Amino acid sequence: MAGVPRTQIPELDRAYKYGFVTEIDEDRAPPGLSEDIVRFISAKKGEPEWLTEWRLAAYRHWLKMTVPHWARVNYPPVDFQDITYYSAPKAGQGPKSLDEVDPQLLATYEKLGVPLHERAILAGVAVDAVFDSVSVATTYKARLEQDGIIFCSMSEAVKRCPDLVRRYLGSVVPPGDNFYAALNSAVFTDGSFVFIPKGVRCPMELSTYFRINAAKTGQFERTLIIAEAGAVVSYLEGCTAPKRDENQLHAAVVELIALDEAEIKYSTVQNWYPGDENGKGGIYNFVTKRGACRGRRSKIMWTQVETGSAITWKYPSCILEGEGSVGEFYSVAVTNHAQQADTGTKMIHIGRDTRSRIVSKGISAGRADNTYRGLVRVGTLADRARNHTQCDSLLIGDRCGAHTVPYIESKNASARIEHEATTSKIGEDQLFYCRQRGLKPEDAVALIVNGFCREVLQTLPMEFAVEAQKLLGVSLEGSVG
Amino acid sequence: MALLQIEGLKVAVAGKEILRGIDLELVPGQVHAIMGPNGSGKSTLAYAIAGREGYEVTGGRALLDGTDLLELEPEERARAGLFLAFQYPVEIAGVGGVTFLKTAYNALRKERGESELDAMQFLKLVRAKATALGVGDDMLKRAVNSGFSGGEKKRFEILQMALLEPRVAVLDETDSGLDIDALKVVAGGVNALRSPTRSMLVITHYQRLLDYIVPDVIHVMAAGRIVRSGGKELALELESTGYAAHAGAPA
Ligand SMILES: Nc1ncnc2c1ncn2[C@@H]1O[C@H](COP(=O)(O)OP(=O)(O)O)[C@@H](O)[C@H]1O
Ligand SMILES: [Mg+2]
Repeated sequence: MAGVPRTQIPELDRAYKYGFVTEIDEDRAPPGLSEDIVRFISAKKGEPEWLTEWRLAAYRHWLKMTVPHWARVNYPPVDFQDITYYSAPKAGQGPKSLDEVDPQLLATYEKLGVPLHERAILAGVAVDAVFDSVSVATTYKARLEQDGIIFCSMSEAVKRCPDLVRRYLGSVVPPGDNFYAALNSAVFTDGSFVFIPKGVRCPMELSTYFRINAAKTGQFERTLIIAEAGAVVSYLEGCTAPKRDENQLHAAVVELIALDEAEIKYSTVQNWYPGDENGKGGIYNFVTKRGACRGRRSKIMWTQVETGSAITWKYPSCILEGEGSVGEFYSVAVTNHAQQADTGTKMIHIGRDTRSRIVSKGISAGRADNTYRGLVRVGTLADRARNHTQCDSLLIGDRCGAHTVPYIESKNASARIEHEATTSKIGEDQLFYCRQRGLKPEDAVALIVNGFCREVLQTLPMEFAVEAQKLLGVSLEGSVG
Repeated sequence: MALLQIEGLKVAVAGKEILRGIDLELVPGQVHAIMGPNGSGKSTLAYAIAGREGYEVTGGRALLDGTDLLELEPEERARAGLFLAFQYPVEIAGVGGVTFLKTAYNALRKERGESELDAMQFLKLVRAKATALGVGDDMLKRAVNSGFSGGEKKRFEILQMALLEPRVAVLDETDSGLDIDALKVVAGGVNALRSPTRSMLVITHYQRLLDYIVPDVIHVMAAGRIVRSGGKELALELESTGYAAHAGAPA
C-alpha cells in the first residue's frame, strides 16, 4: 500500500513508575573530587592501605585524562566538582541481616519489585541491593556458602577475601583504561562481588539491584565476578532511579573472569530514569563492562536490555584469550523521546579457535538517536577465529535515527568474520493489521517490538524476560498516535 | 435492522476520489458478494470500513448494528465486531502465531469484561479451530505470515476469524492465489462460520469462489460504484460476458 500518507507520530508523556524518592537520612561527603575525598571514601569503608593507594593512583591518572568525545551522543559538559561521590543511608554500614535493614529501604525495594526477604527464596534469586553507594542487603547468603560461593558487596569482599580482590580487581579493566573507568576506580563506593569456586555450578540466579536515590549523587559501583575452572554462574542486574530534573551520573565498572571451561552469563535490565520527553533530567550511563575468557573453552555471554537513561554509553566486551573460548553479546537498546544511546561490544580474539557472536537490536522512536558501535578484532595468533554479527535497527516514526558503526580488524587470514545489518520501520501495514484484530496501537507496537527482539529476550532468564517485555512496552508508550 | 449498513459512502485516497457513493445493506445471516475488475475499488471499500489510515471518507455513512463505524478507531471497529480478512496478510517477524492470536483474542475478551484465557486453555481452543482448517502446530509456531505460502496465509486469516467470531466479516480476495484444494478448505472454513447472527461481505475477482461460498446477493462494482446487484445467477452471467459489458468499467 505504498503511497498512503503517513501521519505524524505525536509524542505523549511516558510514565516512569520508578520515579519516586525515598526520604532517608543520608551520610554524604561534600560535593567535589580531590585526593581528600578519595581518602575519605576509602576510610569510610575501612579499606586496607593498598586499596587506598590503588584509588589514589587511579585518581591521579584520571586528572590527566579528558572526557571521550568519539561516541555519537551530545550533552553539556559534566561538572565533576558538583557531584557528591559518597552518599549512604545513615542507618548503618554493612547490615548483618535483613532485620537490620532500614524498613524504609525494604519498602523501597518492595515498591521496585525486588525480591528481598522470603520472596527471594521463593523466586530462587539471591539479591544484592545497592542503594546509592552502599550495598544494603545480600539475601540467601548462607545457602550459597555451602557451595563455597561468595556473593557479597564489594566492601565486604575487601574484608573477607582481600587476596582475591587484590588479585583480580582492575585485571580486566585497568584503572587507567578510560576516563570513566579511571573515575570509577578512584571513587567506587560499592557493588557486588561473586566468586564461584572450581567445578561449582551456582544453584540459583544471582542478582543485584541498583538504585540511585539521593540528589546530585553519582553512582559508581564496581562489580567483580570470578568463575574458577568449570564453574557456571548466571548473574543479573537491574537498575532504577527517581525522577529528577538534573542529570545524574552513573559510571560503573564490571569485570568478569572466566577460567578453564567456566561460563559466566551476565544479564542487565537497565531502566534508569530516561529524563522527560524534552530531554530534561535523566541518568548519564557511562559504563565499562568487560569480561576476560582466560581459560580454555571458557564462555562469557552478555545480555542487555537497555530502556532507560538519558544517555547510554556502554560496550560490554569479551577478551577471548583462552583457546576455543566463546564470547556472546545480545543487546536490545531502546531510545524514545530525546534519549541517546551509543552502545555495542568489543570482541577481542586472541586465542586460537575463539568464537564470538553479536546480536544487536536497536529501537528508536520520538527524536531519539541509537547507535550500534562494535569492534571485532582478531590477533595474529587467533587461528580460525570466527565472528558473526547481526545488527538490526527498528525505527518508529520519522524523526529518530539509527546508526551502525562496525569496526573490523583482522590480522589473521584464517579468521572468518560476518556482518549483517538491517534497518526497518514499523510499517503502517503492520500496525493496521494488528489494530484490525483489536489491538491498541501501543499494544501493537509492543507486540511488534517484542517480536523484533525475540532472539535477545530468549537469552534472559524466564522471569526477567517477562519483565523486560513489559518494560519495552512501557518505554515505547506514546511513540505512536 | 441491517447488521452492516453503508449509505452513499465516498472515499478518497491521496486526494483522488476512488469510491463514488456506495450503498449496501446486509441483514443478519446474509452473505453478499462484491465482484469487479481490478482497480474498481473493492479493497478501498474494505479498508475504508475498517478505518485504515489514508482512506479518507468524504461522504456517506457506515453503520455496524446501528453503531457509526466511521467515528471509531480501527481497533474499536474490530472490537465492535468487524473483521477484515486481508487480501495481502502482513508479516510480523518474530511474533509467533499463537502469541499473536492469543493477544488479539484476550484483548477482545477483556473488552467484553471476560477473563483472559491462560496459555494452556488458549492452546486447546486454538488447536481445535486450527485442525478444521488444516493449520498444524508447526504453522502456529512460526512467526505471523512469515514465509507462509499464499494458501497458508489465507487459512491463517480464516483461523483468526473463527477465533474472534466477528459479527460482520469482510473477506478481501480470500480466493486469490489458491489452488482448488486450498480453495475448498478455505471456503469450508468460511461456510462453517455462516450463522443467522453474522453477516459477510465476500470480495472476489473470480466467479469460481462463489461456487463454494454461495452468496445471497451479488453486487458488481466498477469505477467506484455498484453498477448492478442481483442473485447468484449474476455470477454466471458475468462469467460469460465479462466485466467489460458494465458501464464505467475500465477496459
Ligand atoms: N494506497 C493507495 N494509493 C494510491 N492509490 C490507491 C491506493 N489504494 C488504492 N488506490 C487506487 O484506488 C483504485 C482502487 O483500488 P483497489 O481498491 O485496490 O481496487 P480493487 O481492490 O478493486 O482491485 C485503484 O485505481 C488504485 O490505484
Ligand atoms: Mg483488491
